[in-house]
Amino acid sequence: MAQDPAPLPPAPLTEEARRRRRRNAVALALVLAALVLIFYALTIFKMGPAVLDRPI
Amino acid sequence: MAYVDHSREFAVAGGARVEDYVALLKPRVMSLVVFTAIIGLLLAPGGIHPVLGVIAILCIAVGAGGSGALNMWYDADIDAVMSRTANRPIPAGRVTRSDALTLGLLCSVFSVATLGLATNWLAAGLLAFTIFFYAVIYTMWLKRSTPQNIVIGGAAGAFPPMVGWVAVTGDITLAPIVLFLIIFLWTPPHFWALALYKKGDYGAAGIPMLPNVAGEQSTKVQIVVYSVLLVGSTVLPLAIGMSGVIYGAVAAISGLSLLLLALRLLRTAEPVAMKRVARSLFVYSSSYLFVIFLALMTDHVARAMGWV
Repeated sequence: MAQDPAPLPPAPLTEEARRRRRRNAVALALVLAALVLIFYALTIFKMGPAVLDRPI
Repeated sequence: MAYVDHSREFAVAGGARVEDYVALLKPRVMSLVVFTAIIGLLLAPGGIHPVLGVIAILCIAVGAGGSGALNMWYDADIDAVMSRTANRPIPAGRVTRSDALTLGLLCSVFSVATLGLATNWLAAGLLAFTIFFYAVIYTMWLKRSTPQNIVIGGAAGAFPPMVGWVAVTGDITLAPIVLFLIIFLWTPPHFWALALYKKGDYGAAGIPMLPNVAGEQSTKVQIVVYSVLLVGSTVLPLAIGMSGVIYGAVAAISGLSLLLLALRLLRTAEPVAMKRVARSLFVYSSSYLFVIFLALMTDHVARAMGWV
C-alpha cells in the first residue's frame, strides 16, 4: 500500500496577501482596544465613585 | 497520489479584506437599525448617561451586524444565484462560511452581554430575541418556506427602537410598541415593491416571495392594504399623546404620498412601467420611514424646548 504523501509546503504569501493580512491584524487590534475602552468606560460610568467602595 | 489543492485555502486565507468582514455585518441595514434605535433611546422618558447611551447604541448596532453575518453564513447558497447578492463576501469566495459564522456568533454574544451590563437585562433579552428572530425564525425557517416571510420576519427589523427605549426605561409600555408597529407594517410594502422588480432573481433562487407565489396583482393589492395599515399606524403617536402637530403634519403629507404611489402601482399593468413604479415605491418607502422617525424626534425636541 502506498504511503500518504507528505503535505505540501504552504505557498509563500504574495506582497498583496501580506499587506491584507497586516491590515486585518491592525483592524483586529483596534477592535480589541475599543473593547477595553468600552469596558473601562462602562465600569466607571455605571458604578461611578462606588467603584472604589469595597469594604473589607 | 492524492492532489491537495492548497491554493484554494490559501486564496481565502489571504483574500479577505477588512471591508469584507464589515460587509458581513450589513452596514446599510445597520445604519437604519442605529437610526431607529437612537430615536427610540432619545424619545424614552427619563434619561441615560450619554456614555452608556452611546455604548447601548453600539451594542444594538453590533447585534444587528452579528445577525447579518449569521444570515449571510446561512444564505450563502441563495446569495450566489441572485444578482443583487452574488458579490457578497461568501459567494464571491473572499470569506469562508465558518469565518462568517464565528464573526456572527461573537458579535451576537458580545453585544447582548455588554448591553445587559451597560443598561438592563430586559433590553439585552430583547436584543438577543431580535438576533434569534432574524437569524433563526426568519433566515432559517420563514424565508425559504412561506410567501409571508417578510410580514413575520419584519418583526426583527422592528425591534431596535424598542430595544433603545427599554435600554432607558427598563420596561415595555405602549409607546415603544407603537414604534415597533410602524416598522413592522412598513416592511411588507417596502420589500414586496423590491420583490416585484426583482421577481426573476427571487424565482431563480427558489425563495417564495409573494409575487412569485401569489402573482403580481395579488402582491399589488397586499401592498395597498399594508400601506393603508402603515399610514393608519402612524396616527398612533398622536393618539397616545407621544407626538404633536409637527409630527402630525409630516406624517399626513408623507403618508398620503405613500398611499398615492401604492395606488399608482396597483393601476399600472404594463410590465416595464410597473417595474419602474415598484422601484420608485421601494426607494420612496426607504426615505418614508426615515422621515417619519425624524419627525417623531423633531416633534419631541420642539415640544421639550417649548417651541410648539
